[in-house]
Amino acid sequence: MPTAPAGAPQRRDTSRRSTDPSGDRSPAPGRRPLTASRRANRAGLAFVSPTFLVVLVVVVLPIAWTVLLAFQKARLVDIQGMGLFGNWSLDNFSQVFDSAGFWSSLGTTLLYTAGATLGSVVLGLVAALALRKPFRGRGLLRAAMLLPYVAPVVAVAFVWEVALSPQYGVVNDWGRRLFGWDDPIAFLSTRQYEVDLLGLHFDIPLALLTVIVFECWRYFPFAFLFILARLQAVPDTLEEAALVDGATPTQRFRHVLLPQLMPVIALLCVLRFIMTFNKFDDVYLLTGGGAGTDVAAVRVYDFLTARYDVGAAAAQALVLALSLMILLGFYFKFFGNKVQEEA
Amino acid sequence: MSGKTALSRARFEERFFGVARWIVIAFLAVITLLPFYYMVLLSLKPIDALLLDPGSLWISAKDFTLSTYRDVLRSTDDGGQGFLRFLLNSALVSLGTVVLTLVAAVPGAYAVSRLKFFGHRQVSALFLAVYLFPATLLAVPLFVIFAKIGLSSSLVGLAIVYVAQTVPVSIYMLKNYLVTIPASIEEAAALDGCSRLQTVRKVILPLALPSLMATGLYVFMIAWNEFLFALLFLAADPGQWTVSLGLAQLSNGIEVPKTVLMAGSVVLTIPVVLLFFAAERLLTEGLTSGADKS
Repeated sequence: MPTAPAGAPQRRDTSRRSTDPSGDRSPAPGRRPLTASRRANRAGLAFVSPTFLVVLVVVVLPIAWTVLLAFQKARLVDIQGMGLFGNWSLDNFSQVFDSAGFWSSLGTTLLYTAGATLGSVVLGLVAALALRKPFRGRGLLRAAMLLPYVAPVVAVAFVWEVALSPQYGVVNDWGRRLFGWDDPIAFLSTRQYEVDLLGLHFDIPLALLTVIVFECWRYFPFAFLFILARLQAVPDTLEEAALVDGATPTQRFRHVLLPQLMPVIALLCVLRFIMTFNKFDDVYLLTGGGAGTDVAAVRVYDFLTARYDVGAAAAQALVLALSLMILLGFYFKFFGNKVQEEA
Repeated sequence: MSGKTALSRARFEERFFGVARWIVIAFLAVITLLPFYYMVLLSLKPIDALLLDPGSLWISAKDFTLSTYRDVLRSTDDGGQGFLRFLLNSALVSLGTVVLTLVAAVPGAYAVSRLKFFGHRQVSALFLAVYLFPATLLAVPLFVIFAKIGLSSSLVGLAIVYVAQTVPVSIYMLKNYLVTIPASIEEAAALDGCSRLQTVRKVILPLALPSLMATGLYVFMIAWNEFLFALLFLAADPGQWTVSLGLAQLSNGIEVPKTVLMAGSVVLTIPVVLLFFAAERLLTEGLTSGADKS
């Protein structure tokens, strides 16, 4: 993050003190005037405290409470009479780890997250490269391409649901017309779809794949925006030099553009990974977590609303957050420098 | 010889990517526009026409109908789905969220971008770290707190939750913009006798107006599109539903034709898309400012 140059605040404050003795914090008579850095310090703390307070109350405290709840036996009906520090136990965690669906759900979440992250960033990169040079209608297309990201998730999820429906969906109808599909394919409710290709037999997790494709579709505009912005800041001279040296388009991409884009791509991967890992609404709306798409966030919701088991939901959410942090820890250990450069 | 092959490879690649580029552009246009076209199309035809020919991508003049919209927008007393009410609820929650978020985020963003104070690195890291926490983690305690203090089916409670979701992003966006305003402008204001607070109000905020609008727009978008918390907090009270929730509940209803559902989707999508197109450049620049530095 760029901040103001180190010398700037001091300079600013000394100039003010000399010309404006009645400034915001004029020193009380008899006391030594505050040094410039202490004034900046005070002003900074004063400015940051309202924001800090809001973040503390609506974000940090609730999260801290989740941690407490995870160690308590807490159903929604009990909570009224419960103290903050009730009976501590690890029951919730053993329940989470022992429950049949946990590990498979974590696996599903990982697959979903990795696929959706990779897909949306790659598609965003391809889109940014294709729209790099101006052409007629580029501005319009660029705006239109952001539609999936801007539109409400409930609306787009329903469009996909209707379009993919085996009974009245446009996809199955065209599939039958163009590709001669014998039976309509239930994209969103088929756990394993059997495919015979060149004499080989495959089982494809179709519902999960569909959800991943949806996620790529919905979030590639985000990657596209950031990569395009970075792409347009690459100095022309770099590529011109490569062109003079006779580099082909792929070589120019590989050796000139990609190194320039790497920091922003790395940052996007981290951001998308975090967001997708915790994604709830997309999967919930498309499949309700059925047919092999039981990602972890949907399980938290189920614990909370179907059983009103707050403790178990909190434990599950906490395990989710911790697994994410461990994954990010690995990532930053190996690729940290690139991301830090950017962030 | 090798020079010649390299040249032909370059020429081949130029030609290949020249064509591929247009294919990609066409593909992108299709995948982004077609679903929305399909949504509008289905909302304008009766359900029989859809069932009769699901593959049709246009609409004949005799099928064209607006009754789906009438059904969705009419209040429940008149036998409709009451989406006007939901639209109003959504607008209230979203606008409230925008105002509250900006009030909370502006001073913090200013402090982080401009002032060196004790712990300013830590605070700025905290704001970013908070952005990384999952909504589900917040959902559990907020669900409990709200059930406890009786805010669980109120729009005010929902707006507060949305503030928690949007403050970190807003700080990040505002900060990226504020650092581009030269410090010399503030020095000049100080020379003219402005206190720090006056400088912020009279100089920095007007200069940061584009960024404020972009951030406000983004916050509005998030609040308007949000679904999980609306579902958690408001599901029991149909009078308070937001449009997203109303639409999701509509889809669970028995015997609601898919065409009516699509009309609801259009109604839900139009306000946010209109707003977005009105300020597209602002939003994209606001979001990506800071992305183009090496």
